[in-house]
Amino acid sequence: MVPATAYLALSAVLFTLGAAGVLVRRNALIVFMSVELMLNAVNLAFVTFARQHLSIDGQVIVFFVLVVAAVEVVVGLALIGEIFRSRETVDIDDVDLLRG
Amino acid sequence: MEALAPARVVLLLAWPLAGWLANGLLGRRLGRLGPGLVGSAAVGASFLTASWLLAAYRALGPEAGPVPVPLGPWFGAGDLVVDAGLLVDPLSLTMALVVSGVGFLIHVYAIGYMAGDAHPARFFAYLNLFVFAMLLLVTAGNLLVLFVGWELVGVCSYLLIGFWFDRPAAATAGRKAFVTNRVGDAAFLLGLFLLFTAVGSLDILTVGEAAAALPAGVRLAAALLLFAGATGKSAQLPLHVWLPDAMEGPTPVSALIHAATMVTAGVFLIARLGGLFLAVPEAMAVVAAVGALTAFFAATVALRQHDLKRVLAYSTISQLGYMFVAMGAFAPAAGLFHLVTHAFFKALLFLAAGSVMHATHDVIDVRRLGGLARPLRWTAAGFAVGGLALAGVPPFAGFFSKDLILEHAFALGMATGNYVPYLLGLLTAFVTAVYITRAALLTFAGQPAEPGAHPHEAPPVMLWPMVLLAVLSASGGLLGARAAGEPLLHFLEPVLPHLGGPLAEVHAPAGPLMALSVATALAGIALGWTVHRGRRDPAGGAFGVFLERRWYIDALYEVALLRPARALGRWLAGPVDLGAIDGLVNGVGRAAMRLGAGVRRWQTGYARQYALGVLVGGVLILVFWMLR
Amino acid sequence: MEWAVFLPAAALAVAGGVGVVAARQPVHSAIALLIVLAALAVTYLVLAAQFVAVLQVIIYAGAIVVLFLFVIMLLNVRSGEDLPVKLPRQAAVAAVAAGVYLTALLVAVLGAARPFPPAPDGFGTAQAVGAALLADYLLPFELAAVIMLVGIVAAVLLGRRPPAGRGDR
Repeated sequence: MVPATAYLALSAVLFTLGAAGVLVRRNALIVFMSVELMLNAVNLAFVTFARQHLSIDGQVIVFFVLVVAAVEVVVGLALIGEIFRSRETVDIDDVDLLRG
Repeated sequence: MEALAPARVVLLLAWPLAGWLANGLLGRRLGRLGPGLVGSAAVGASFLTASWLLAAYRALGPEAGPVPVPLGPWFGAGDLVVDAGLLVDPLSLTMALVVSGVGFLIHVYAIGYMAGDAHPARFFAYLNLFVFAMLLLVTAGNLLVLFVGWELVGVCSYLLIGFWFDRPAAATAGRKAFVTNRVGDAAFLLGLFLLFTAVGSLDILTVGEAAAALPAGVRLAAALLLFAGATGKSAQLPLHVWLPDAMEGPTPVSALIHAATMVTAGVFLIARLGGLFLAVPEAMAVVAAVGALTAFFAATVALRQHDLKRVLAYSTISQLGYMFVAMGAFAPAAGLFHLVTHAFFKALLFLAAGSVMHATHDVIDVRRLGGLARPLRWTAAGFAVGGLALAGVPPFAGFFSKDLILEHAFALGMATGNYVPYLLGLLTAFVTAVYITRAALLTFAGQPAEPGAHPHEAPPVMLWPMVLLAVLSASGGLLGARAAGEPLLHFLEPVLPHLGGPLAEVHAPAGPLMALSVATALAGIALGWTVHRGRRDPAGGAFGVFLERRWYIDALYEVALLRPARALGRWLAGPVDLGAIDGLVNGVGRAAMRLGAGVRRWQTGYARQYALGVLVGGVLILVFWMLR
Repeated sequence: MEWAVFLPAAALAVAGGVGVVAARQPVHSAIALLIVLAALAVTYLVLAAQFVAVLQVIIYAGAIVVLFLFVIMLLNVRSGEDLPVKLPRQAAVAAVAAGVYLTALLVAVLGAARPFPPAPDGFGTAQAVGAALLADYLLPFELAAVIMLVGIVAAVLLGRRPPAGRGDR
C-alpha cells in the first residue's frame, strides 16, 4: 500500500519545483506556468488528505481551485498580453517601474 | 428691606455695564458725541442709584448693620462653595458714591477732552466697563467677587493706559502696569487661599468675624499677603513703578483711574477686611511703615519731575501712602476720609492738567510752559484750589483729612513709642506744599517759555466738572471736621471703628497738632514760592539728580529684574525653543525620513525579488511551526 | 500493486515539473506541463477522486494549457534569457531557500506515514462531489460563477485593441 507520505512528498517536490521556477526564470509565461505547477501540487495534497480523512470536502476545494485557476489564467494571460504588447520581450525584470 | 432688594442693588452695576455694551457694540453708529453722552448718562444713572440706595439704607435706622445682597450660587468645586453676592453697608455706599459721582464728572469732562479723538466709542466703552468693575469691587460681598472686580479694573487700566496703542510708550506703560499689578495679585491670591483654608469661606462678613479667632501665624500671613496685593494696586513701595508711566494714557483716565478710584482699591481692601487687620498689630506696623516711607519718597521725587502729570502721579502715590498710614494707625475711618477728599482735589488737579494740555496741544513739560494764568483763568483757579487742598491749607478739604491722619499717627506714637510714621508724615506734608507750589508756578506764572503760542481756555463741558470738583475740594472738609459733627466718620463708624485697637484710650493733643500742620503747609508754600518765583527751577545738584531719577529705583529694577528676565526670555526663545524643542520635533521628522529612505531600498521593483521574500518568509514560518 | 501505478506516475510528474521549470522555449514548457497534468490525473484516480481527475483533464489540460499555447503563439515570444541579467544573486539565494523549504516540507510530511482507510463506495464520484457542492457549498458555488463572469469581462476589456489614433503607439 502506498502510504499518504509518498503522495505528500510528491506534492512537496512539485511545489518546490514550481517555486523555484517562479524565482529563477525570467520569461513571464514560464513563470506563470510554474505557478500553475504549484497549484497542481496543492491540489494533489488536498486530494490525498480527502482520501485519508474520507471527507469529500477536500475534493470540493480542488474543484474550486480548478475554477479559480482557470479564471486566473484567463485574466493573467490577458494582462501579460497587454503589458508585453508594446515591448519585444516578455522579461518580467523589464517591468520595474514601481520602485522606491 | 425691600428698598435694598437684590434687583435694585444690581441696578447700580447694571447701568455702566449697559453703557459698556452699548458703546462697545453700537458705538460706531452713535456719531461723534453719542458715545460720550451714553457713557456719562450711564455713570450718572449709577450715581443716582447709589444716592437712592444711601437714602434707603439710612432709612433702616442707626442700628442697621451690613446688608448682604445674595445673588445666588456661583460655583462649587469640592469643598469650595462660592455664592455670588454683594454687600450694602456704609463703606460700600461711600465708595460707590465717590466712584460714580467723581466718575460722572470725569465722563462729562472727557466728552470735551476726547472730542477730536478717532475712537470715542472704544474709549467710553472701556471707561464704563471700568466703572462697572470698580463698583463691583466696592460692593462685593464675597472675596472672590471682589477679586473679579480687582482683576477687571486692572484689565481696564491696561486697556486705557494703552488706549493710543500705536504709541510705543503707551503700550509699554500699559504692559508695565499690568505686570506689576500681577505681582501684587499673586500675593493677593495666596492670601485668599490661606483665608479660605483657615476660615472655610470667602464671604466677607464671615471672614471678618472669624478673623480674630484664627491662629496668630495665619492671621499675620494672610494680612501681609493681602497687604502685598494692596501695594500693587495702590502703587506703594516697591510696586509703585507703574503709576508714573501710566500717565501715557489720556488725562481723564489718569484722573479717574489713577487718582480717584482704582488706586484706592488697596486702601479699600484693608478697610473692608478691617476685622482681620485690626487683629494683627504687627501687620499694622508694616502697613504704617510702608505707607509713611512711600509718602515721603514719592513727595521728594515729585519735587524734581518735569512732566506735570508725573508730578501729580507721584503726588498720588504719596497721598495713598498717607491713607495707609491711617490704616496702620488703627484709624481706618480717617483713611477713608482722606480717600474721599483726595478723590476730589486730585481729580481736579488732573482735569486742570488736562485743560493745560488741551490748550497747549499736548505740551506738558513744565519747562516749556508758563504764563498760562491769564489765558487759562478758570483752569488756573481750579489748579490753585486743588493745590491748596493738597498742601493741606484750611479751610480746604485736604487739610481736614490730612490733619486727622497726622493726629492719629501721633497717637500711634504715643501708644507704641513709634513716632516715625508721624514724623515722616509731617515732613512729607512740607515737601508736598513745596512741590505743588513749584508745579503751579512753573506752569501758570511768569512768562511763557515758548512765545508765539496762543493757548485758549477749555470749553464749558470741561470747565463745569472742574468747578464742581473745586467746590467739593473746598467744602469737602465738612464731611469730617469736628466742628461739623464729623458726619462721614460717624456714618462709617459701624464698619470702621473710629479709633480701634490699642489707640482706643489715647488722645492726641488735637489743637497743637493742627497748628503744626497748618504752619508746615504754609512754610512749604513759602519756600516753594521763594525758590521757584519767576519760574526758576534750580537743579539741586547731585541730590536733585537723585530725586529726578526717582531714587534710582526704576534703574535698579531694570538692571536687577528686567535685564535678567529679557535675557532669560531670549535664551528660552532661542536655544531652548528653537534649538531643543523644535530640534526634537524636527528631529523626529528627519529620523522618520531617514528611516523611510533606508527602507526604500527594499522596494526594487523586481517581482522576482518580492517572490523570494515571500518564500523566505514562508520557510521561516514553516520552520517556526514545526519547532513548536 | 498501487506502487506500480504510483511510481511511474510520480516519476513522470517530476520529470514534467523539471521540464516546465527548465525548458528554454515556452512551448516546451507547456508540453511539459501537460505531462504533469496527465500524471496527476492518474494519481487522482488511484486516490478515489474520479470526478476531480476528469475535471483536471478537461479544464486544466484541455482549456488552460491550450490557452497558454494560444498566447505563446500569438505573442511570438522569444526566450528572453539572453538579455542582461539584472538580479545576479537571485538564483543562488532562491536555490538555497527552496532547498531549505523542501527539506522542511518533507520532514513535516513524514509524520503522515499511515495507510489509507478503505474508501466507501461512491466516494469521489460526480454524485458525491456534486451533492456536496449543491448542499454544503452552494454559496461558494454561485460565487464561483460570478468569478468566472468577472474573468470573462476582464479578459474582454483587457484584450481590446485601443481605438485608432489614441496614445503613444
